Amino acid sequence: MMRRVRGASVVLGLLTVTALAAPWLTPWNHEQLDWANIAVPPQFEGAHWLGTDRLGRDLFARCMQALRVSLLIGVLAALVSVCIGVAWGATAGYLGGRVDAFMMRFVDIIYALPYVFIVIILATLFERGSIAALLLAIGAVGWLTMARIVRGQTLSLRRREFIDAAIASGVSTPAILWRHIVPNVAGAVIAYATLTIPQLILFESFLSFLGLGVQEPSASLGSLINIGAQEMETAPWMLLVPATLLTVLLISFNLLGDGLRSRLAGDGAAVP
Amino acid sequence: MISYILRRIAGLVPTLFVLVTLSFFIIRLAPGNPFDQEQALTPAIRANLDAAYGLDRPLLEQYGRYLAGVVRGDLGPSFRFKDFRVTELIASGLPLSLTIGLAAAALALLLGVPLGAWAAWRADSPLDHALMTATLLGVVLPGFVLGPVLALVFGIYWPVFRVGGYEPGDASFLVLPVVTLALPLIAYIARLTRASMHEVLQSNYVRTAQAKGLNPRTILLRHALRPALLPVVSYLGPAIAFVVTGSLVVESVFGLPGSGRYLVQGAIDRDYSLVMGMILVYGVFTLACNLVADLLYAWLDPRVRLS
Repeated sequence: MMRRVRGASVVLGLLTVTALAAPWLTPWNHEQLDWANIAVPPQFEGAHWLGTDRLGRDLFARCMQALRVSLLIGVLAALVSVCIGVAWGATAGYLGGRVDAFMMRFVDIIYALPYVFIVIILATLFERGSIAALLLAIGAVGWLTMARIVRGQTLSLRRREFIDAAIASGVSTPAILWRHIVPNVAGAVIAYATLTIPQLILFESFLSFLGLGVQEPSASLGSLINIGAQEMETAPWMLLVPATLLTVLLISFNLLGDGLRSRLAGDGAAVP
Repeated sequence: MISYILRRIAGLVPTLFVLVTLSFFIIRLAPGNPFDQEQALTPAIRANLDAAYGLDRPLLEQYGRYLAGVVRGDLGPSFRFKDFRVTELIASGLPLSLTIGLAAAALALLLGVPLGAWAAWRADSPLDHALMTATLLGVVLPGFVLGPVLALVFGIYWPVFRVGGYEPGDASFLVLPVVTLALPLIAYIARLTRASMHEVLQSNYVRTAQAKGLNPRTILLRHALRPALLPVVSYLGPAIAFVVTGSLVVESVFGLPGSGRYLVQGAIDRDYSLVMGMILVYGVFTLACNLVADLLYAWLDPRVRLS
């Protein structure tokens, strides 16, 4: 198990470093057109390591730019969903009673709807292609499971002596939540957040695949796969390169998250 | 039992109401509107269009009219497809989408459950490990990666099935879409079944059955399968939601004239009534499947008593 986690971390580290260092690894950027090399397969000539697309744009540069977008959106949207999920779940679990019932009923209702609807509705709400809007739309559905996990853990923490002691010594409710509850659920939260990142990256790629996410001239792994799928008969590399990249990214994050979950959270914190 | 089902159906109404209300108001907040075109319309034409579709009324009145229409089963006129009602558009694509979706779900159950049970029966054997590694890949791979790659391999390099240029009635167009949709589900259901079957096979009553000298097949099929299926049944609701989601991708990858494209195209075109109609129809479908899954669960598990 640990070998898998280490392998996944190494792969993720390499991908991140390559994505960030890409501007120095290729003479091309993601918008430049190379009229001399249109739709060429991977080759050293002209420094097109992964080939070019129909407009002569370098696929390596575009993939790395897409990878930066995916990682940025995945990590930031995970942060958004952690913040909302922890606040929502801890409040509901700690206050209990009618507040808890109401807050969790709300989560249940959103949960019952396929997330795609919510994401598509939210994605139409903003100017197309805005990364901030995408973040919000994706983060808005990612927090539901997090809220459930945190609430479950908070319910059992609430009955512990140190909480009684804090109440008895006059600590305010927000302070109890922030100083005593949140640090104690951190393990489960970190583990689950790592598993959330690939889901959120997947949402983003899915939206971009459908044309609702990242817009030209910027690329996303999803939009690259969409373009590649239309060109696959004559130029299969345009499909296979971004498809492989996305697959490796998703598998690595999943292995890392699974490993962290069994280390940090134990079986008790398994996703409900 | 009947009264339980009726109460559950009544319980769906508030959820649907929230869904309709949220989607109505959020989509109206979105910038742009269905009549935005390359060339701006003259104000007089715009005003006429707005009046014809009732867009010049106060928002609350439009909402009331929409709700009244929904109750009567009328989802309003489409803003972009002139002369079509939303119900007509959806009805034209839904049969194909349903065929693909249900075929994929059935295939996933028929393959996923036996594969999972087999892996659990031979737990920790090379076969088990190979199956579980393969299913991990299946769970992670999204449909929009799987679909194009399958189309490339089985449609172009090794043309077994037909891809693109759909002709109604020719089933060979539907094989790859169904497989694309089913593979992740097969993988997930196999993993679920393996986990629960593994646990059941270690329980006391299975050991008793073995001690009595029952043959392994009877133990697996008559004693262990039913309790081991419970997690699979409770996953059926989310699975249907997954199929609905996946059909958007599969229809776009394989160019099938299902109803999924209306959701995406409607969202891009700001075709308010079309998007809301799709959300409502798919929402009802998802909630209904959740209900059926709950009832099945109760039927399988004698410890659950519905009242």
